[in-house]
Amino acid sequence: MFKALPADASPEATEHWWHQRLTAGVNLFLLLWLVASIGFLSTQAGMDNKTLTGWAAQTMVVLPLLLLIGSTAYHFRLGLQVLIEDYAKGPARAAWLVLLNFFTFTVVIWAVLSILKLALAAAA
Amino acid sequence: MAETPNKARPLSPHIGIWKWGPAMTVSIVHRATGTGLTIGMVLFAWWLSALASGPAGYALFVDLFTYQSGKLNIVGWVVGVGLTLTLFQHMASGVRHLFMDIGDNFELKSNKRTAWLTFAYAIVATTAFWAVILFLEKPHV
Repeated sequence: MFKALPADASPEATEHWWHQRLTAGVNLFLLLWLVASIGFLSTQAGMDNKTLTGWAAQTMVVLPLLLLIGSTAYHFRLGLQVLIEDYAKGPARAAWLVLLNFFTFTVVIWAVLSILKLALAAAA
Repeated sequence: MAETPNKARPLSPHIGIWKWGPAMTVSIVHRATGTGLTIGMVLFAWWLSALASGPAGYALFVDLFTYQSGKLNIVGWVVGVGLTLTLFQHMASGVRHLFMDIGDNFELKSNKRTAWLTFAYAIVATTAFWAVILFLEKPHV
């Protein structure tokens, strides 16, 4: 008869699973912060350009914003990877996965650049 | 691995034969909202870059979603409510997911109940959020 082969999940798969949960937890807190901040801005401080740029220049806003971008981007990248692996077959799969990484980095760098511009504008 | 699909192979029926249940629905909605939120991330990055580009650039961005008076136009409403609904739905089904990851919530009754609760949460949270924004909004100058 056949001998049972040792079968462990690949370390990459386990890591993917954990990181998805970790970023999910972090995202929950950071997004609740963002929703509360938008609520505060809309009802108390105001949503005009001057108020918003002033708000975005504070370190205590820049920090969670940067963490938010990083964590949500990593989270959606992991999630979309699973989507692509499920639905794309053949050579298209590799192409989509490469595209996913380019897309993720583009969004992250675009957002981070803007956040830093806002953070440093106060010094100008 | 990435095998080339043989389109001529016979397939058994899969999606159309199963009765839709709450757990099934919540699962595919979780996937769909996740994808929708990724598009939301692009919008978020766009908003940040518009804000960073100065008052003129920001005014152009805001103009897409609002009337001159500052009130949201139809695009603003659809995107705004759509995004918040998507966010709260994904958030709720995500938290439900975390409970199932530790082995909890597999009993049929609570599994179905919590699935329905995610939809209820999404609607309630979205309504509450927009009610606050609309009724307590600081008047525009």
